[in-house]
Amino acid sequence: MVTLNSKIPEGPLAEKWSKYKSSMKLVNPANKKKLDIILVGTGLAGASAASSLGELGYNVKVFCFQDTPRRAHSVAAQGGINAAKNYKNDGDSVYRLFYDMIKGGDYRAREANVYRAAEVSNATIDQLTAQGVPFAREYGGTLDNRSFGGVQVSRTFYAKGQTGQQCILGAYSGLSRQVKNGTVKMFSRREMLELIIVDGKARGIITRNLITGEIERHSGHAVVLATGGYGTIYYLSTLAVNSNASAAWTAYKKGAFWGNPSFIQIHPSSIPVLNDYQAKLTLMSESLRNDGRVWAPKKKGDKRPANDIPEEERDYYLERRYPAYGNLVPRDVGSRAAKERCDAGYGVGDTGLAVNLDFKDAIAKQGKEAIEEKYGNLFEMYEKITGINPYEEPMRIYPAGHYTMGGLWVDYELMTTIPGLFAIGESNFSDHGANRLGASSLMQCSGDGYFIIPNTIGNYLADEIRTPKIPTDTHEFEEAEKAVKSKIEKLLSVNGRQTVTSFHKRLGKILWDYSGMTRNEEGLKKGLVLVDELEKEFWKDVKVPGTADELNQELEKAGRVADFFELAKLIITDGLNRRESCGAHFREESKTETGEAKRDDKNYSYVSVWEYKGKDKPPELHKEELNYEYVEVKVRDYK
Amino acid sequence: MNIKLKIWRQKNAKAKGKFEDYTLDDVSPEMSFLEMLDALNTKLIEEGGDPVAYDHDCREGICGCCSLYINGNPHGPGEKTTTCELHMRSFKDGQTLIVEPWRAKSFPVIKDLIVDRNAFDKIIVAGGFISVDAGSAPDSNSILAKKENADEAINSASCIGCGACVAACKNASAMLFVSAKISQLALLPQGKVEAMDRVNAMVARMDELGFGNCTNTYACEAECPKGIKITNIARMNREFFAAKVVG
Amino acid sequence: MGTSRFQSSLAKKFIMAFAGLFLITFLFVHLGINILVLLPDTDWFNIAANFMASNLIIKVFEVVLFGGFIIHIIYGLVLQIQNWWARPHRYKVEGWSHKSPFSKFMIHTAIIILIFLIIHLINFYFRSKFGEMGEVTINGNHYHDMAALVLARFKLIEYVIGYIIAFIILGFHLHHGFQSAFQSLGLNHYKYTPIINKVRTLISIILPLGFIIIPLAVYFGNY
Repeated sequence: MVTLNSKIPEGPLAEKWSKYKSSMKLVNPANKKKLDIILVGTGLAGASAASSLGELGYNVKVFCFQDTPRRAHSVAAQGGINAAKNYKNDGDSVYRLFYDMIKGGDYRAREANVYRAAEVSNATIDQLTAQGVPFAREYGGTLDNRSFGGVQVSRTFYAKGQTGQQCILGAYSGLSRQVKNGTVKMFSRREMLELIIVDGKARGIITRNLITGEIERHSGHAVVLATGGYGTIYYLSTLAVNSNASAAWTAYKKGAFWGNPSFIQIHPSSIPVLNDYQAKLTLMSESLRNDGRVWAPKKKGDKRPANDIPEEERDYYLERRYPAYGNLVPRDVGSRAAKERCDAGYGVGDTGLAVNLDFKDAIAKQGKEAIEEKYGNLFEMYEKITGINPYEEPMRIYPAGHYTMGGLWVDYELMTTIPGLFAIGESNFSDHGANRLGASSLMQCSGDGYFIIPNTIGNYLADEIRTPKIPTDTHEFEEAEKAVKSKIEKLLSVNGRQTVTSFHKRLGKILWDYSGMTRNEEGLKKGLVLVDELEKEFWKDVKVPGTADELNQELEKAGRVADFFELAKLIITDGLNRRESCGAHFREESKTETGEAKRDDKNYSYVSVWEYKGKDKPPELHKEELNYEYVEVKVRDYK
Repeated sequence: MNIKLKIWRQKNAKAKGKFEDYTLDDVSPEMSFLEMLDALNTKLIEEGGDPVAYDHDCREGICGCCSLYINGNPHGPGEKTTTCELHMRSFKDGQTLIVEPWRAKSFPVIKDLIVDRNAFDKIIVAGGFISVDAGSAPDSNSILAKKENADEAINSASCIGCGACVAACKNASAMLFVSAKISQLALLPQGKVEAMDRVNAMVARMDELGFGNCTNTYACEAECPKGIKITNIARMNREFFAAKVVG
Repeated sequence: MGTSRFQSSLAKKFIMAFAGLFLITFLFVHLGINILVLLPDTDWFNIAANFMASNLIIKVFEVVLFGGFIIHIIYGLVLQIQNWWARPHRYKVEGWSHKSPFSKFMIHTAIIILIFLIIHLINFYFRSKFGEMGEVTINGNHYHDMAALVLARFKLIEYVIGYIIAFIILGFHLHHGFQSAFQSLGLNHYKYTPIINKVRTLISIILPLGFIIIPLAVYFGNY
């Protein structure tokens, strides 16, 4: 039986991180050169970690499945990145940022980690700025801020509606600098398919070269996963279509525990589904709710064009239900409110699965130019996709699968339950509890990469300085390679009739229907059966064309979808276990009289941590109890 | 809609490629171009054929993966649009679409419509960064930047590295890509310190990699899905001459 | 490495631009002198032509000018060949998205202009230098009678037509070349570039027109 040790340092909350840093073990520069680190994923977390670890002098081997590190999906984050700079003099502080995140996460995150995330946020902004990230400026030359959902201060730094792109390009430039310096070696178009464990420690990975199909062995003294979230499990989500869970999933199957798998954020404002062939949903940044007002018609089934519906017949339901936060309620609340309206028959558009996001008042008050300066590229994007001009007609939005708060369970050092295997960024479960606040994802990813992992990995590697280079001709690599090859062989040999994508779509639909924005016992149970049946059908009837030794995009997809079936079952199992509503996880059995989420702190104030017990065996639940010493656990109220 | 397609098929980098003809019925004008290709691939797989390989990922015009040359235009018709943002309503019923990969010596074809754009990374590695280690940065507001410059820097930094500029240029020149990065960093005070070394290194690397020269046709600007301006190239030229004269 | 001062792609462009702008200034001087042939008294033209041929400073400039031509031509060719190499496999559907209308045809217009230039040099320049020339006496000094040569040529319809075509083509070449030179030199400014663009249109019309008027006047007029 493994005991979960979150390794939270002793001492007062505000001093834990500095205390940790001053007492952690160090690796001297000469020894760093002898240590190899494998880093998988080049989003904001991966790229920033690569550059920082390279700067320290480690040998870093970096892997990504895209053709270049700059394309990882952090690039699509739009709205901004938080930091507790208090440049606006509006009462912000590290503590307040910490508090907002704990509350926003519905009291399901670990205090010490969240505090540290808030603490390093300021240095992160400084680092990004110094690296040339062109954050928006005031006329005096200082950085500008805007406000974001779920908070009452302005602490969000932004670069138009492309903050994620700018941050990742900054981190990518740092990574590139280390490639030039020779500390980082970049392997693009590689997909991690197996984790190698030697004597209980993570020591390497097996990758597939996506161009040649070659199976490659890579060894290191430690492995860092920065492989992002698994929102694409819904098929239609705001994620890039190739984002996947496979690398993290193979780690799970090798013994890394998975925390809170069912905590998946449904973002309230994406462009609604337009047709059956749609491969993804496009997000419209939460920042739009700073100026846009969300409404549905007051009359049921009102199919008039939005502009023909007079003011008094519009129901600004967020402002009505949540007067304190209005349109700036957190994402989970906003999503459920939209679903409630649409389910009740007040939705707009052909499908009735959409509500309006209206800029009429903002344009009237601030002028079109001001709105264009803030959101120009988002408006353009919307028009390109829908053919509708949002300056003249309200945008139509609907919730979509977005961000996974759940992920590989990590301790304070961001190490998983496998020694030497670290997980950073969205791939870990750590900082967002049951619901993530806007603009805190870029913050966490870059904080993990620039400032946390470079310290904590040293504490681990300090004991590895006498370990020579890990050989790759051992039986551990041999077996892992064999396993990878046999899985590929198996996928190719099914030779059925249905495409991988058709299975993925059906899996997504099951999850959306039974484990989406709202969940109940009966539905979850049904979902579990359906996923299981579909998985069996997949292995009998999937058609994967081509061969293993060539660029084969269908084969790539097939492997990812095969893993999604297994992950889907874990998500549902976790949802079934948690008979309370908290954050993004809304159990219909647990709500207040007004329909708001009702937490059950007595029974569920823990992180559900799942251990893989083998194929066809149910996973085992471990609980990391959450003790709140520095915040008072309250009902999360945005009214 | 009914769409006729003529698509470049090439098994791998070494194979000789050729155009193949396909027809697709029931194309909805609401589909994006890539969704149309998905539909074609589904059909091909179900018929036992080999699906068309093409790069794509975010499908919202920001990752820069998609790279199709459609009827003579990188990313197809339409201003400031990536292939994934292109919708079939831009085409006529019965139209023939000729789909080619980016063509440039520095972007060799890997398979079908996928090309290797690593040359761009190599240029960035040469100097497309500011040398600042994590932990050594001063407070952000201690570096003041003129708002106009910061705004212009964002415009330059909007480049998604898709390579449409190279694909569009009759000389397969990478000047717009390179100049956008040089401009972004030259416009910000924190980037000025290394500006001269940067422009020297990046231009030299660009030349080495076999991209063509700029003859100021401005096709790059016309085809750039992010509206990167040729004023960036002029700025790069200025920076370069300053570096050569002084350095 | 291509990093030496003159081998970089940007340096080559700089040199092209510089040489090009220099050649444009020369065209204005040339036009100024040519116009004199239309004066009732051809003496002015002959004096100017002979001054151009014999003055020491002008002779130095002549070397510079030839240098300018040769550099412009050689660099242009090198750049063009590199550009062809940069795309060994051409598109099936040619792209037409260039914004500077004649930019796609600089090498083509250049070749036509070069052919014209060679014919022109043979007919006038080398002939005045090394060939048999008539002579005139003005104020007691002997001059080559360039005017007679020019006037005789421009009475031939094939020569007039060829001359007109060549200068229309030159107009196309200048239309792209003039503003392109500024861009290559890094001179692109939101305030001034629109002015340069107006000037380029003006230059690409006025310069060829100025040259073209001469053979037309000679051919149809009383010369």
